Amino acid sequence: MSVFIIRRLLQSLGVIFVMSMIVFFGVNVVGNPVDILASDDMTQEQIQAFVARLGLDRPIYEQYWYFVLNALRGDLGNSFVFAEPALKLILQRLPATLELALASMFLSVVIGIPLGIYAGLRPEARSSKVIMASSILGFSLPTFWVGLMFIMVFAVMLGWLPSTGRGDTTELLGIQVSFLTWDGLQHLLLPAINLALFKMSLVIRLARAGTREVALQDYVKFARAKGLSARRVVLVHIMKNIMIPVVTVLGLELGGVIAFSVVTETVFAWPGIGKLLIDSIQLLDRPVVVAYLIITVLMFILINLVVDILYSVLDPRVRLKDVKS
Amino acid sequence: MNAGKQPTLEVEDLRTHFFTKAGVVKAVDGVSFAVGQGEVLGLVGESGSGKSVTGFSILGLVDPPGRVVGGRILFKGEDLVPLGEDRMRALRGSRIAMIFQDPMMTLNPVLRVDTQMIEAILAHRKVSKAAAYDRARETLMRVGIASPDERLRSYPHQFSGGMRQRVAIAIALLNEPDLIIADEPTTALDVTIQAQILYEAQKLCRETGTALIWITHDLTVVAGLADRICVMYAGRDVEQGTVDQVLDHPLHPYTHGLIGSVPSRNRRGARLQQIPGMTPSLLNLAPGCAFRSRCPRATDRCEAEPTVTMRGDGRRVRCFNPVDADVSA
Ligand SMILES: Nc1ncnc2c1ncn2[C@@H]1O[C@H](COP(=O)(O)OP(=O)(O)OP(=O)(O)O)[C@@H](O)[C@H]1O
Ligand code: SF4
Ligand SMILES: [Mg+2]
Repeated sequence: MSVFIIRRLLQSLGVIFVMSMIVFFGVNVVGNPVDILASDDMTQEQIQAFVARLGLDRPIYEQYWYFVLNALRGDLGNSFVFAEPALKLILQRLPATLELALASMFLSVVIGIPLGIYAGLRPEARSSKVIMASSILGFSLPTFWVGLMFIMVFAVMLGWLPSTGRGDTTELLGIQVSFLTWDGLQHLLLPAINLALFKMSLVIRLARAGTREVALQDYVKFARAKGLSARRVVLVHIMKNIMIPVVTVLGLELGGVIAFSVVTETVFAWPGIGKLLIDSIQLLDRPVVVAYLIITVLMFILINLVVDILYSVLDPRVRLKDVKS
Repeated sequence: MNAGKQPTLEVEDLRTHFFTKAGVVKAVDGVSFAVGQGEVLGLVGESGSGKSVTGFSILGLVDPPGRVVGGRILFKGEDLVPLGEDRMRALRGSRIAMIFQDPMMTLNPVLRVDTQMIEAILAHRKVSKAAAYDRARETLMRVGIASPDERLRSYPHQFSGGMRQRVAIAIALLNEPDLIIADEPTTALDVTIQAQILYEAQKLCRETGTALIWITHDLTVVAGLADRICVMYAGRDVEQGTVDQVLDHPLHPYTHGLIGSVPSRNRRGARLQQIPGMTPSLLNLAPGCAFRSRCPRATDRCEAEPTVTMRGDGRRVRCFNPVDADVSA
């Protein structure tokens, strides 16, 4: 197991290295940050001094070299815009994104799994067909459009829920969270549902497919032949088996949710890293973009590791293979 | 069966059909038999003859598109066919247990063996978990599993096929049922273990009065174990009698073909012989005797559906021209 983890981490380092290079040079090609950052009334000298301060007068490979040296010391550079360490900017906003991502994961699991199992147990029922049709909608409607509709209906027309920001936050273990205050919870609801819809549809489909397959297995019939209640057969014998694919896919999706909460964060002005990324790309704030991507890749790797470990907890057959290898 | 005593299970003209998109599959279409306390009934027939479906029908575990469409299943005198799910659940695994055909598939791969055994006890008895564990342990030892504590902590994939089947048998025994339906439970086991299990099964029936329905392809097994034999063909019972009657003097041309023409005690030990021709498809089966296309004794009469004839010696046969007809005619 530990060999496996170390190999994983080494691979990830390679990925981070290659990716930082692509982003570093890529952003450079897209445009010159000086054009955006320098204001019109600056003199030529002022601009030169500004450029020199940011280190942008050096050749690009030299800039990259200094970037790598600094990065190894945990310094991902200062934001051109905020003149603050890029890493700090990201870590400040990470809790908001994590909260949104976890809330939407939570919603997609607690709503998606029961609906999926129900539809899998009664594939012919009308209610199951409604569930499956809705899940197709959840898949195919674009997130930003659904988000805008949510705002229009629930915030503008009905006025039930707020449409922007995080609302009141409280501190939990040194991190600011919204879900513990009533106001924060209200702010969280719409973006979380918006971000959850796609995942929920995925969970419904996975849970339904899994249930249909598992329900036909001999071991489920045998469980019934033992005289177990329908409840126990479904909640233990069927559910434990369908959780394996659900956890795998959801775990991998969690990375995606964090990385691509960009759309939802932009629509609902949610102050997370997704919104920071969009702003930084527009301003060609290279250090922040690079730092964002590095942090995201790190999170992906971490999450995948956790998923693998969870997977072996859920499926005893995987555990055996590990012992052998 | 002890005369005058009510049999543990009496199946009367059972019909279980599957209503598939392609048409109606009459998997079981007229089967009757009875098993009494401490008795072993061998249910014999080739693949697809409806043996397993008969077993599932008794337990009320036929899933859509299948349905029991006719007949009665009397368990200690009570008809199970119209019984509600709650009452049926209380009987399953408690009074009637079944051992499934494929041991590799009967245990849940993600649950430990102790979980799967203990839940079977707790579903029917109000006992502590510890008591249930002890009971599980004791039952595993009874089916010849050494170091039961270690086994109980394992997952099914750590077991061989034979070991899994013994666990499944142990699960069937947990609540000391009145009736056990064993669906080819020894096919996956090697010969020594087979013999051991058969011996244990027989002993169990004699000692506790459990009735046993033993489903199999294998006449060797039935000959040594069963009291009575019911031969199935295409969803119907075609012949029934004691082991000696059926094996030594088969009446139905199908049984006769299986056993071979020379009746002899030595024949016990032979597997079923291959009969030329194919098992008919049960989907939209043509009227008349289902064995007609393969039967050497078929006549024009066989275009009609033969009914069961009761013989004086307690035998039953479903045929217009049974094998001993020439002799008696
Ligand atoms: N769910 C189902 N849908 C349609 N037909 C079915 C279904 N289950 C069983 N059958 C049919 O019922 C018939 C009897 O099946 P069954 O499993 O009882 O045979 P069997 O005698 O146990 O055979 P084997 O010795 O191979 O186990 C088969 O022809 C099968 O095709
Ligand atoms: S009824 Fe006719 S076809 Fe059927 S087994 Fe008897 S002789 Fe053969
Ligand atoms: Mg079978």
